[in-house]
Amino acid sequence: MVRRRHFLKLPPGGALLVYSLDGEPLLQTPAGEVQVPLRFFTSDEAAIVEAAVSRIFPSDDTGPGAKECGVTLYIDRQLAGPYGRDRYRYTKEPFEAGSAEQGYQGKSTPREIYRTNLKSLAGLASLSEAEQDNRLRAIENTAFFRLLRQHTLEGMFCDPMHGGNRDCLGWQLIGFPGPYMSWANDIDRHYGETHRVKSQSISQILNRKVVPWEELEP
Amino acid sequence: MTNLAAVDVVIIGGGWSGMLMAKELAAKSSSRIVVLERGKPRNPKEYIEGMDELDYALRYRMMQDVAKETVTFRNEVKQKALPIRQFGSFLPGDGVGGAGEHWNGMTPRFLPDVFEMHKTTVEKYGKKRLPAGSTVQDWGITYKEIEPYYLKAEQLLGISGLAGNPMTGPRSGPFPTPPLKQTYFGKLFTDASLALGYHPYPAPSANLSQSYRNPDGVIRPACQYCGFCERFGCMVGAKAQPTNTLLPVLQKRSNVTITTSAQVRRIVTKDGVATGVVYVSNGKEFFQPAARVVLASWTLNNTRLLLLSGIGNANTGRNLTHQVMGAGATLFFDRPLNRYMGSGSSNMTVSDFDGDNFDHSQVDFIRGAYISSPAYGARPIANFGAVPGDVKATWGSEWKKAAVAAYDRTARLGSSGEHIPYSSNFMDLDPTYTDILGDPLLRLTLDWNENEMKIHNFISSKIETIAKRMPVKSYTMSPALKRYDVMSYKSTHLQGGTIMGSDPSSSVVDPRGRHWQVRNLWVLGASTFPQNPSGNPTLTVLAQTLMAASAWPDR
Ligand SMILES: Cc1cc2nc3c(=O)[nH]c(=O)nc-3n(C[C@H](O)[C@H](O)[C@H](O)COP(=O)(O)OP(=O)(O)OC[C@H]3O[C@@H](n4cnc5c(N)ncnc54)[C@H](O)[C@@H]3O)c2cc1C
Ligand code: SF4
Repeated sequence: MVRRRHFLKLPPGGALLVYSLDGEPLLQTPAGEVQVPLRFFTSDEAAIVEAAVSRIFPSDDTGPGAKECGVTLYIDRQLAGPYGRDRYRYTKEPFEAGSAEQGYQGKSTPREIYRTNLKSLAGLASLSEAEQDNRLRAIENTAFFRLLRQHTLEGMFCDPMHGGNRDCLGWQLIGFPGPYMSWANDIDRHYGETHRVKSQSISQILNRKVVPWEELEP
Repeated sequence: MTNLAAVDVVIIGGGWSGMLMAKELAAKSSSRIVVLERGKPRNPKEYIEGMDELDYALRYRMMQDVAKETVTFRNEVKQKALPIRQFGSFLPGDGVGGAGEHWNGMTPRFLPDVFEMHKTTVEKYGKKRLPAGSTVQDWGITYKEIEPYYLKAEQLLGISGLAGNPMTGPRSGPFPTPPLKQTYFGKLFTDASLALGYHPYPAPSANLSQSYRNPDGVIRPACQYCGFCERFGCMVGAKAQPTNTLLPVLQKRSNVTITTSAQVRRIVTKDGVATGVVYVSNGKEFFQPAARVVLASWTLNNTRLLLLSGIGNANTGRNLTHQVMGAGATLFFDRPLNRYMGSGSSNMTVSDFDGDNFDHSQVDFIRGAYISSPAYGARPIANFGAVPGDVKATWGSEWKKAAVAAYDRTARLGSSGEHIPYSSNFMDLDPTYTDILGDPLLRLTLDWNENEMKIHNFISSKIETIAKRMPVKSYTMSPALKRYDVMSYKSTHLQGGTIMGSDPSSSVVDPRGRHWQVRNLWVLGASTFPQNPSGNPTLTVLAQTLMAASAWPDR
């Protein structure tokens, strides 16, 4: 089925590097607004997700947040890929309700969970931050919110090859260096002192493209 | 079905136990040996590309494909078991090397009395101290008997450690390599434990402290403390893995073949004798005739294959145990810990409250746990977000600020406790759910009982005492143990199902792993452990495999 093209709209300036990782064209409107092609979300859905994850992990005086790190695009790519269609779950029938100890037994795939639940957040993007917080607080004990929060953390701190943690901004924020090859000379030094290096992705360290799982199993 | 040429030995499973058995048997004779592994070959040179938390630690890229096969679970018989649709509580391995490719490398020996837990408990405290419904029984071997094989296994892997821990069993030889270096957090834990009069020791480690050449001539380099250890393959080969420790030797043997993508469905028997195995490879079915069969497919599949094959006795499936892992504390420090550095086994352990290392006459439970200071490398998706107890928010600016500040100033004290068996915890075949080939899944019926909850409470109080001695700003204790759940990771140390013993009426295999009824069938791995000691099982699995190989009858 051919999908009408949908975009995530971003304010002018910055924010280009990770989006071009896909090799997909970035469209710039006359006003300088950047439009990033989406793989799963519609433009409206992406705007809701962008609003929600920006409240979960805000950009504030502590440092960059979900917006700068590309969390919405991370989630879009995960949902478009094997994770989104439940490739990593046992999905045989019958689906039956179980006890809490038996874990998630629902039939819905992550794609379906987002599609359904985003409907109930319609209009979120146009609200004020305080109103957005109220809407989110009303659902904060739901399974969907827990999933959204988990995906926000993934998009903040995954290797940039997955589309989040743009320019390693998430790692830099918390002082995680990424996959450095050796700490053998540091492990028993710097006791109680901060030891920080520039955060780098696996591709930067190896100086070659590393293919994430979602691209191997479309 | 294609009939293949007969071989002398067919080994089911290409993990630590199966590959070690192949190596030992191939060295002993010119027997033709085939190892059947359901997963793919591995290229450890590519492990460097796998330093990716999302794909490997969260999506389990190296592990069993749950979409094809899982197990079902219920806490008790009156419930309906439902499939574990996403692994969580434990993480089964897959592919050449099995779970040994992405383990942590913690390699303690079991405490000496573990092997005779029934005898020693009854002698010391009386029979009435064995909890109601428990089915504790002795292994049919003693620590003294297995000790030389422990030493041999340690030399094979080059285990790094420090001898002299008065809380562990006697050693007939030194650790092959000195202990790993300690992190700042490990030092703080050590200082506090020493001040309390405990005995902190570095965890024995299969991640090498220095380059090592083993008795087979295999050389491995030192650990780099890269922090991508548990759930990842080691990019430099410092962590002992079947592919870097056993495979180089096996590849030189012309009498050993490792067949991958070979999913064994049945062990075939005729008149009480195993005649070979049926496996499926790329949609085609094969019969591999063999004079002897070795089952080495880890706890769950060892039990399942016996049940699917209609082999065994009334004991098959019983004594299912896991490990009591939840007792712990999250500590918040003033100073940074640089905890992105670390290794799967660069932790300190205190065994003073493990096993029967302390007197149980004044407490109302048996056995115990070891306490440790894990320093695995705090990968951020799983570790970011902890905040001190006075911050109530779990999202938004307030939470973010506190979590960013706490991220490198937080660490966890943990523990690993014994799980004794009960008649209410067991495995059988599920009546409803099947794998991708249509074979019934294994069904786990498993719950914690009072003894585990009491160990948990007791160890929590000891952990709290240690936490208070450390320079912490605040700490949060983990919640009390409730029902067994399939979501939170505990360990991949499930045990039982094909237990060993010296009495055929109460065990599945004899003390050398040989099946009591089908005498040309051997079962290896932790499925043979009658109960679950606190210690990580793999060194004992290796020692037991060496023991079985040395007792391997010529004819
Ligand atoms: C994340 C993690 C951390 C761990 N850390 C530690 C640790 O620090 N210390 C420790 O002692 N242990 C640890 N373990 C456990 C350790 O990995 C296992 O004890 C060990 O690998 C068991 O070896 P095995 O040969 O019995 O089984 P496995 O390594 O599981 O090998 C079994 C093999 O059999 C294959 N197989 C299964 N069914 C079939 C079939 N039907 N047909 C053909 N092949 C089949 C599987 O694909 C697998 O390759 C850890 C495990 C995990 C997952
Ligand atoms: S921490 Fe050490 S043993 Fe573990 S993967 Fe890194 S280098 Fe290998």
